[in-house]
Amino acid sequence: MPDITVPSAQSDLTGRALFPHRHLLSIADLKPWEIRFLLDEAEHWAKSNRGGARKHDDRLAGMTQINAFFENSTRTLLSFEIAGKRLGADVVNMAAATSSVKKGETLIDTAMTLNAMAADVIVIRHASSGAVALIADKVDCPVLNAGDGWHQHPTQALLDALTIRRRKGGFEGLVVAICGDVLHSRVARSNMLCLAALGAQVRAVAPPTLMPPEVEMLGATPYSRMDEGLEGADVVMMLRLQNERMDGAFIPSPREYHMLYGLTPERLAIAKPDALVMHPGPMNRGVEIASVVADHPDRSAITEQVEMGVAIRMACLDVLTRGARGVEGWA
Amino acid sequence: MTRLAIANGKLADPSGKDLTPGIILIEDDRILASGDVAIPPDAETIDAKGLVVAPGLIDLGVFATDKPAFHFGGITRAALMPDQSSPLDDAGLIRQATRAGKPDFWVHPIAAATRGLKGAELAEIGMMQAAGAKAVGTGRQWIADSGVMMRVLSYASGLGLTVITHAEDAGLAGKAVATSGETATRLGLPHAPACAEAMAIARDIMLAHATGAAIHFRLVTTKAGFDLIRAAKAEGLKVTCGISPAYLFLSDNAVTDFRTFARLSPPLRSEDDRKASIAAVADGTVDVITSSHDPRGPEDKRLPFADAAPGMAGAETLLALSLNLVREGHVTLNRLMTLLSANPARILGVDAGGFAPGSAADLIFIDPDAPWIVDSGKMAAQAGNTPFDRMPVQGRVRRIMKGGNFL
Repeated sequence: MPDITVPSAQSDLTGRALFPHRHLLSIADLKPWEIRFLLDEAEHWAKSNRGGARKHDDRLAGMTQINAFFENSTRTLLSFEIAGKRLGADVVNMAAATSSVKKGETLIDTAMTLNAMAADVIVIRHASSGAVALIADKVDCPVLNAGDGWHQHPTQALLDALTIRRRKGGFEGLVVAICGDVLHSRVARSNMLCLAALGAQVRAVAPPTLMPPEVEMLGATPYSRMDEGLEGADVVMMLRLQNERMDGAFIPSPREYHMLYGLTPERLAIAKPDALVMHPGPMNRGVEIASVVADHPDRSAITEQVEMGVAIRMACLDVLTRGARGVEGWA
Repeated sequence: MTRLAIANGKLADPSGKDLTPGIILIEDDRILASGDVAIPPDAETIDAKGLVVAPGLIDLGVFATDKPAFHFGGITRAALMPDQSSPLDDAGLIRQATRAGKPDFWVHPIAAATRGLKGAELAEIGMMQAAGAKAVGTGRQWIADSGVMMRVLSYASGLGLTVITHAEDAGLAGKAVATSGETATRLGLPHAPACAEAMAIARDIMLAHATGAAIHFRLVTTKAGFDLIRAAKAEGLKVTCGISPAYLFLSDNAVTDFRTFARLSPPLRSEDDRKASIAAVADGTVDVITSSHDPRGPEDKRLPFADAAPGMAGAETLLALSLNLVREGHVTLNRLMTLLSANPARILGVDAGGFAPGSAADLIFIDPDAPWIVDSGKMAAQAGNTPFDRMPVQGRVRRIMKGGNFL
């Protein structure tokens, strides 16, 4: 078994605990050093996960982790499940399709039910912005937001940051272009806040119909032309075109979208020669990203993002349950 | 024949400029005279104890007949929106609605303009008028089909009814639950630009121009919207508009933390639009202040923001919040009564909302400075969904007279 020691509670210069949060709901709640702390924690798990055949650590043994996914997900659900199991937790998945929600139970009733079952940590995904915070308010255990509406997907932003830090060494002065359907993207909102907090220069690149108003407030500079947005970028983060969230005609056609905003090898050449390509998945190949770019062995970090996802989620599960586990220094 | 004289009060007569001491003389259920009048020897005298005596409030556009809340707030009549569990598109339903509050509260139903409020076919507006409807409304929706809206305006105009409309271009508003801007972007809420309101107003003003109809925009909440209303009024069109206190005292910042009590339709606007709303009240562009009373229980509000029903319980706070406009010097108390009583009565065509001889003896005795704290847990309303929870306010109604009788 890998030798992973539990760090004691660290503190910032003012002497406060480094991670004084009960839940992980939004990147906006985290200070830059708290983000860095979680990234450092995840480094342990990234090494551990690469360490060999046996990846188990039983620090969450005897704890129950419920993954309550009110919206469909494959990779995030699987990532949280693997993370929990590698830490020894009893992981239970609740999919909305088979839950009481379909029978008319309210979200708060569902939350109370999960709470009554004495969960030790609950991971929630929901199609409505703010839904996870609503549940977190009603339960006794830590809640991790696995994506709520267009609002936040904090572990995605953390895993993206970890991937970038491993590839680029840091964030200061780094130019990150977040491209595509920014309007409907919780990934974009989380990443803009996270990367800007860490010192990166963040650009939001999208057709005007898919750009949220006043995006600057999230720490990003808006660009409506892809080529301008990519100029000199160190990291190109593509977003999925979220057709299911589009009520009307936001773009004329996927074909035209690919022509103007798709990441092709020619377009990638506008960015820095060593620019990193990222995508939170699932990808619409041939729409927002060309397969040859997505599968590029050196430039694409897409599979590494998935790998870092498990590490980040292990770190978050570990940190948020330390108080309940009685880890020294963690109230 | 019963005669009453209300003495020692300060009269907030909507037709007057300032508060004046005076007498109100009542015979049966009507006002006989007011002001500097002699008290007849056979009249019973009631001591108003120095309180402000004002017409009972007439709330133009509520979503529920919620008598305890209306009485707390000094509302003696309300125009009921057609958006009920069965839309008010039938004479029988209208008749039933008019009887709901009597005798101590009067409901003036607003007839659905189109069958089922679906925006396609004209409802039986004339029959509903005969059954007691006092206006025609599009409900919570905007009628997207301009041809249908033009026919609604023409037809209602022929019957002498005002059309009360919701001003939000449905194509722009879509499924939005917030106004486009910093808050909506930060919270990741589906949003629509504030110009959805001006778009709807502009079209309907054009149609009012073409038909000569009287149109009342129930809630106008943006600077661009008020500019259009001002221009239409200057042109002499029969255009009026209203607003609720929420848009005068809250901006979209109130939505922060996904507070569903601040989920309203139209959504709360920017701070600039809020200031423009205050200015529109001050310069006379706004004709009516309404509570838009829409009590909603936890089953409608304890939900994620976008899934929660829009609306707030506003009846109890209508007067107290509106009095802030007097305290801040935007309007006089008499003018406020025009906005809360006289103008709604005029739009509905009812003999109430003022002190003119023959007007209904619906009166409230107000202690304008009495302090109290809004408490969503202790409201008289069917539900306490107010975004003003825990806010200190001033102004309480001490007594209510409805049709010559104290409640």
